[in-house]
Amino acid sequence: MNSHLPPLLDASTSALATTGPTPAQPLALDEHLELHGLSRRRFLQFATSITAAMGLPATMTDQVLAAVEQQAAAGPARPPVIWLHFQECTGCTESLLRATHPTVEGLILDLISLDYSETLLAAAGHQAEQALHDSLTKHQGGFVLVVEGSVPTADNGNFCKVAGKTPQQMLHEIAPHAIAAIAIGSCASWGGVQSAAPNPTGAIGLQEALNLYQITKTDGAALPVINLPGCPASPYNILSTVLYNLTLKQLPELDAQQRPKFAYGRLIHENCERRPHFDAGRFAEEFGDDGHRQGWCLYKLGCKGPETYANCPVIEFGDVGGNTWPVGIGHPCFGCAEQGVGFHKPLHEQAKNVSLTSPSIFPGIITEHPGGATLTSAAVAGAIGGGALVYALGANSKLKALEEAEAQAAAQQSSAVSDA
Amino acid sequence: MSINRITVDPVTRIEGHLRVDCDIQDGRVVNAWSSGQMWRGIETILTGRDPRDAWLYTQRICGVCTTVHAIVSVRAVENALAMEIPLNAQLIRNIIMAAHGIHDHLVHFYHLSALDWVDVVSALSADPKKAEQLAQSLSNWPNNNAAHFAQVQAKVKTFVDSGQLGIFAHGYWGHPAMKLPPEANLMAVAHYLEALEYQRKANQITAILGAKTPHIQNLAVGGVANPINPNEQSALNMERLAYVKTLMDEVQGFIREVYLPDVTAIAALYADWLPYGQGVTNYLSAPDFPKDGKGTDFAMPGGYIPNGDMAQFRPITHFGDPFFEQNVKESIKHAWYDGNWTRSPYQEDTVPKYTDFDENGAYSWVKAPTFADKPAQVGPLANVLAMVAAGDERTRGYLKVAMDRIGAITRSEVPLSVLHSTLGRHAARCVRTQVLYDMLEDNYNALLANITTGDMTTFNPPTFPKGEQMGFGFHEAPRGILSHWIVIENGKIKNYQAVVPSTWNAGPRNQHDEQGPYEASLMNNPILDEQRPLEVLRTVHSFDPCLACAIHLHDNQGHDIIRVNTNL
Repeated sequence: MNSHLPPLLDASTSALATTGPTPAQPLALDEHLELHGLSRRRFLQFATSITAAMGLPATMTDQVLAAVEQQAAAGPARPPVIWLHFQECTGCTESLLRATHPTVEGLILDLISLDYSETLLAAAGHQAEQALHDSLTKHQGGFVLVVEGSVPTADNGNFCKVAGKTPQQMLHEIAPHAIAAIAIGSCASWGGVQSAAPNPTGAIGLQEALNLYQITKTDGAALPVINLPGCPASPYNILSTVLYNLTLKQLPELDAQQRPKFAYGRLIHENCERRPHFDAGRFAEEFGDDGHRQGWCLYKLGCKGPETYANCPVIEFGDVGGNTWPVGIGHPCFGCAEQGVGFHKPLHEQAKNVSLTSPSIFPGIITEHPGGATLTSAAVAGAIGGGALVYALGANSKLKALEEAEAQAAAQQSSAVSDA
Repeated sequence: MSINRITVDPVTRIEGHLRVDCDIQDGRVVNAWSSGQMWRGIETILTGRDPRDAWLYTQRICGVCTTVHAIVSVRAVENALAMEIPLNAQLIRNIIMAAHGIHDHLVHFYHLSALDWVDVVSALSADPKKAEQLAQSLSNWPNNNAAHFAQVQAKVKTFVDSGQLGIFAHGYWGHPAMKLPPEANLMAVAHYLEALEYQRKANQITAILGAKTPHIQNLAVGGVANPINPNEQSALNMERLAYVKTLMDEVQGFIREVYLPDVTAIAALYADWLPYGQGVTNYLSAPDFPKDGKGTDFAMPGGYIPNGDMAQFRPITHFGDPFFEQNVKESIKHAWYDGNWTRSPYQEDTVPKYTDFDENGAYSWVKAPTFADKPAQVGPLANVLAMVAAGDERTRGYLKVAMDRIGAITRSEVPLSVLHSTLGRHAARCVRTQVLYDMLEDNYNALLANITTGDMTTFNPPTFPKGEQMGFGFHEAPRGILSHWIVIENGKIKNYQAVVPSTWNAGPRNQHDEQGPYEASLMNNPILDEQRPLEVLRTVHSFDPCLACAIHLHDNQGHDIIRVNTNL
């Protein structure tokens, strides 16, 4: 009998497990891959792409690979995950069904142990509650809590109940025993669609709920929360968060809103493939007009890319290439990931506070002021190269002026240094 | 014999939060209650907003029934404005609807309901050679071979041996109602895993046109946001369209060669279950897949069949058909809202008033809809029956194939009346999927043909006149007929209500205290083990429950409001 089996398996499962095969030797990674119909080559591609998705240098691919291999070889040590659904639409879980690298089956069969999920659990009712109870008992302080959906605060939270318990009650029981929490999607991150005015149910995100109800870990420390907003969250943002943790044995670097920088570190506007049209002042005015049919910028149609931090233009959706993300197919971003923008501002209202930050493909020509001669030369080269590209695309005058001033100053400094 | 009450909460492998209570006597269900456990108030939030934005909000009613609440919302606004949309836009919407529907039906059968019939652990003791014989007797699918089945078996074994059963912990393995031979279980587990791959391909079609999924973002009141331009990289061009076609071809193989053989084989191997789960036999469905920009000519018929009598079928014929508009009412007698009335969606108000579970009073967030003052069952079964009644040849053809397959395994003539059942809903969903594939192909071909004529139009801009406009849109979504109802005043939303498929099916007792379809279908279900009520799940899952949809909300101004129920 396999000693790793959870202690509270029901009778039939135990019986079947007893008559089943004796525990096999843990499979080597290659054997695992074979079972999944994955070639070693495809797996390497996966490791490379996931490394990039995490914002790690390509040289760390080996480390990511090693972590995954270690995970696969370790057998029963798949990190346990308890996934709770509050006020939500299950869209974030659904988005995982669309992931290809890794797939949802790769995630739940090989990488994590999804001990409780109302959407996918074979058991229901008492048996489902038993699964939750088992994992909670066995993995005190050792499981990752994933929350999908917001927490209703009006009317004592009666707007949402699972097995007779409100989200508030469930958080009190479960959250203190987690090692960390992931708020997946905009609902869990900041309230999402149901928190739009007048917010009839008093919906709030996970972090705010933990603060409001003063829920901490059992030792009194704050429970670390990682927010992954988006409606739904990109599946690669949770997959990359999991991989980051497995690889580097720490939580990813977060911004002030507790979002991983690898996914939310830049505005959509900064990585948008239509940015050159913005800089050149070429805008679609209406769906189907000439500008729209030539792929021009959607700013005047209300695109919220300039106000929304997310990696949609980098990761895209569905793994089908070809600019498959909202702006890419011709619809303005409506800021679903950004609190105060998505479900808050009207779709066709123009974004405010448009950032002039250069796209990530440009060298840092505005904000960086290197001091040494070598670095200065690099800055000059960068300024000229970046500037030339921007001019070729017809950059707007403001940006051009900034660059010229910058390049001139750098060139003067460089010239002064070499004269000396 | 005493009556025992069992409560299943949460009902899992569905969208949303559902609780089901049953009274059991002598191993049979003698009474049942269905209770929706979550409310978010999305209709309330829509009041005062721009009608062009509504679809972005309503789509978030549900991430499983994603897409459908977006499409029906723009239809409602277009209906209120009496708008026509360009043919290209209609065809692009149709392709998305078909691809989404195929994905949704596949996921429902394999990932959300198959584990009610398939014993994963039993697959461990199967002989892969015998599984191959069984599978090849059903279809020529290339992966139906012993080597593949042995790989799957090894994978399951590795997983079970790891001791971390994850989502499979405490499943109903070894339950006395599980009757498939180990080889059938192994074949089904292999197809469970393969179906994940094919539902992804169907989703990729949706993503190419819809920008993302769940929650597409290519719609607009008046058409779609996809520019068509064969000479542009950043537009719908031949590369994108060819990708759609490639994915279509791949998906077709799976739904014809795997899904249809699997559903009919499981239905036949569980023939003793064919008498169970009938419930409400008034069937309501919407016509869909419009062939024109106005919605007056549909490729898939829909309408109303009272008392399961096909001769009394009455079709719904066009967008805005008053036959539908005038017969829909909702009751809050047994729901957690203030008051006790039965009204048209246009006249509803909805003020939440939670009072805990009271089986004789209010016990659910779901309202109870009626059509012509009677409860109605909606979903693929209603849709297939309507298409058969309307004389749709393709539907009749696929249904005959399905019935013949069941009959070949049971070695008996299987009457069409067995469709009024738990397994009948699964069979109908599979038949509908076959028709949806034809829709995919027809609309793809029509789009190419129309583009070839030089028509690149995708959008007619809406104009919002001063004053008040009312309208509704309907859509035959994967879980059944969905309708959104809107009142616009001076360009802003005054009232918004959704009447959703899962509301029709999961609703509590109505104004006449008649049971809703879930409740009625549970009556007389066998229950072999009260502690492990697998059979309750079988029947409830056969409807493909979606509770986020069933409960949305409406406006709290309290007058002349439309309420919306999402039931997809």
